[in-house]
Amino acid sequence: MIPRWTLLLLFATPWFAMALPATPAFAVSNPAEMLPDPAQEARAEAIGRQLRCMVCQNESVEESEADLARDFRRIIRDHVRAGETDQQIMDWMVARYGDFIRLRPPFSALTFLLWGAPALAAGIGAGAVILGRRRRPEPPEPLSDAERQRLAKLSGS
Amino acid sequence: MTALNRRLVLLLPLGIAGVAGVGLYSMLDRMRSGKFDPRGVPSALVGKKVPNFNLPGQGDGPGFGSADLTLLGRPVLVNFFASWCVPCVAETGVLMALKQAGQPVFGVAYKDKPEATGAFLRRHGNPYVRVGRDAPGRVAIDFGLYGVPETYLIDTGGIVRWRWAGALTTEIVQQELMPMLKQLA
Repeated sequence: MIPRWTLLLLFATPWFAMALPATPAFAVSNPAEMLPDPAQEARAEAIGRQLRCMVCQNESVEESEADLARDFRRIIRDHVRAGETDQQIMDWMVARYGDFIRLRPPFSALTFLLWGAPALAAGIGAGAVILGRRRRPEPPEPLSDAERQRLAKLSGS
Repeated sequence: MTALNRRLVLLLPLGIAGVAGVGLYSMLDRMRSGKFDPRGVPSALVGKKVPNFNLPGQGDGPGFGSADLTLLGRPVLVNFFASWCVPCVAETGVLMALKQAGQPVFGVAYKDKPEATGAFLRRHGNPYVRVGRDAPGRVAIDFGLYGVPETYLIDTGGIVRWRWAGALTTEIVQQELMPMLKQLA
């Protein structure tokens, strides 16, 4: 039997994983691409990590070697240098490429199942456990005297 | 376990498998016929005004800008292509057929050298009313382009009505573009 606390761990792990910041990916390290100001460069990289490379689709703009991703990196840096906020740059991208370009999709009617899936799965699991407990059969009635005598005779004691 | 429960346990997985099977089959069928592309991305521009741009021309020819797209008084196509793009070669026949049918197509040479574009047009024919050059690929990003070829349908009011990512085929023109054009006429 698996100890009960491991089950708890199993449930809790994904939530912890979601709460932790994503491990920084290795930015494509062409020094010529980078902004001279480290703070601005860090901001540009953070934005690039939230954007999907539309060519390779499962890489971020910051990780991808695709030509289009390089263009995106340059555009992000132009906008950062021009003093735009993260939100303004994100909106600029979404206006052209739609929500698909965001690696972290917004909560909407289309994505509620995606965002709600952990809670939904935990709810279904909890429901199944509660139902399973309630359905547990009642313990059988104690043996009557006649039955006990018969049992004693059969087992020869 | 009651008889009803037992039947449910037997039939429920079968039912779920059946529904999943029908769903997957229709998905594969639509993939085969080209109606569904799992990597396809809907355009954010459909229903919106065409982005503002002005592109220099190819060779001695004039370029064009967003204002030129609404001057003809009929819906026009904007086709992004490049001489280095293989599917662009594949769709040249379809584009030439559209030209023959009188459909104006504006061409945008995406990240291409002028000489290479010129050679491409001489070799495969020039289906475009005008060719603009987008060497840095910035106008393409304003269109939300993620690869070549891509084709956009712009109505007389300058609104993007339809976008096709990938090579145009006779089937796509018949099944998607023609009904759109009929609707806009």
